[in-house]
Amino acid sequence: MTKQLMRGSHAIAEAATRAGCRFFAGYPITPQNELPEYMSKRFAELEDATFIQAESELAAINMVMGASMAGLRAMTSSSSPGISLKQEGISYMAGMELPAVVVNIMRGGPGLGNIAPTQQDYFQATRGGGHGGYRTIVLAPYSGQELVTLTMKAFDLADAYRMSVILLGDGLIGQMMEPVTFPDPIDPATLPEKDWVLDGARGRNSRFIASLRLDPVQMEQFNWKLARKYAAICERETEHESYLLDDAIVAVVAFGTAARIAKGAVNQVRKVGLKAGLFRPITLWPFPGKELRALTHTIKNLLVFEMNFGQMVEDVKISVGEQATVHFHGRPGGIISTPHDIAAAITKLIYRNEL
Amino acid sequence: MGITKTIFSGFGGQGVLMMGYVLATSGMHEDKHVTFLPSYGAEVRGGTANCTVTVSDEPIASPVASFSDFAVLMNTPSLIRFETRIKTEGIVFLNGDLVELRPKRRDIQVVAIPANSIAERLGNVRGANMVMIGALVQKTGLVSLKSVIKSVKSVFETKGSKVQKMNTLAIKEGAAFVNGVSGS
Repeated sequence: MTKQLMRGSHAIAEAATRAGCRFFAGYPITPQNELPEYMSKRFAELEDATFIQAESELAAINMVMGASMAGLRAMTSSSSPGISLKQEGISYMAGMELPAVVVNIMRGGPGLGNIAPTQQDYFQATRGGGHGGYRTIVLAPYSGQELVTLTMKAFDLADAYRMSVILLGDGLIGQMMEPVTFPDPIDPATLPEKDWVLDGARGRNSRFIASLRLDPVQMEQFNWKLARKYAAICERETEHESYLLDDAIVAVVAFGTAARIAKGAVNQVRKVGLKAGLFRPITLWPFPGKELRALTHTIKNLLVFEMNFGQMVEDVKISVGEQATVHFHGRPGGIISTPHDIAAAITKLIYRNEL
Repeated sequence: MGITKTIFSGFGGQGVLMMGYVLATSGMHEDKHVTFLPSYGAEVRGGTANCTVTVSDEPIASPVASFSDFAVLMNTPSLIRFETRIKTEGIVFLNGDLVELRPKRRDIQVVAIPANSIAERLGNVRGANMVMIGALVQKTGLVSLKSVIKSVKSVFETKGSKVQKMNTLAIKEGAAFVNGVSGS
């Protein structure tokens, strides 16, 4: 298929449609309004798809819950403050093991904050976000094309593990246009059948889906079931990119937009002979900690760069323990560092420590 | 030509985002790496618009331009805002009909194009932005004029052949104007 120049939020919406998503509910918030806007137009072309601009974020996530229960591939999107509002619904869906894709195009916070791009919701996304100690798979795209592949993958993961998958982008990747190509659309009728959905009990025993489990024994058993599922995901589903790490003495660790900027910085310092590389987690949960730890056989200094004042850096420290020194560079609030800024941070790190 | 960043700025309605979109599409047609980043702040509602287009032979790290190689400025406030954000030896393309000031800097090149007059003469008042794109591309060689004309056909596909033709003409006139200037 030919390349198209497409805005990030439109690429997500088109990819979702091609992944067989047939239900979308959302409530407007900058900087992701172009996503539902595109969805409303696109779904109007399809006979079997439903778009709803809900009356609130709460309503939107609960509508997604219902559509998921009925077996549809369902999605909602929002930006940071709106995602906070959806957390109750995401927790309830975890309690019912319902698949859904939730897009968070992050902006500055806390509170109402601003509309500039940040990565300040890393903790919220990777620690479940709502109450009850559940997990969500978190995917962090860093280019237009990856928005397409990871959005489509998000639906597969959500269905495979019956859980919410968060696509974690930011205002920059959502607004930016880049050339993208799309795979052929998937016909929802060809997707694996779900043997748990509520679609009318004619000719079969009735089914029951609820997150209420008053009996502590039953509640404990369910929690252990989740724990086993999450352990299996950590085992199987981590994804990352290694860039110029083979001979590196410093590895920059960054995700999403920050990783893109960091890659530019690595290229810059390589030109003057400084041996830096990039480790880019693509899944933030499960975090590719084992792969990162393996790096520390040869690389003893890691420079974590985030568009916040230090969140993923905690996962990096947990992963590498005492095997490497973890340094940090971050700008919260919507400040976008340049590749030059990060190149300067790498250079200083190398010279200061005589690496 | 490495990584090249161009800022487009003007009033809402002057087709500022369209200029950026056409340039980015042209770069894509030439299999270059491109990004198009519109400003999406509250300022959009106040009436000014700007966008940054990166055209590159290598993957683009950041779509943001702290300093740009080229700037296409359609009104006076844009010049005031972006004059200090152009690289040394960069080129500023001014809509000479509307920008009342001229840059104070001596380390940048200035090309003033009477874009509104040219567009009016062509009977295509709204085509001033296309005149500017023609001038930009002709002067800088960012992409070929041919690619831009091809992009105009695809970008304005739904607007009909008349609009495509008018805009193609405006692009060619912008390019011709720059040729005339450099020849004099």
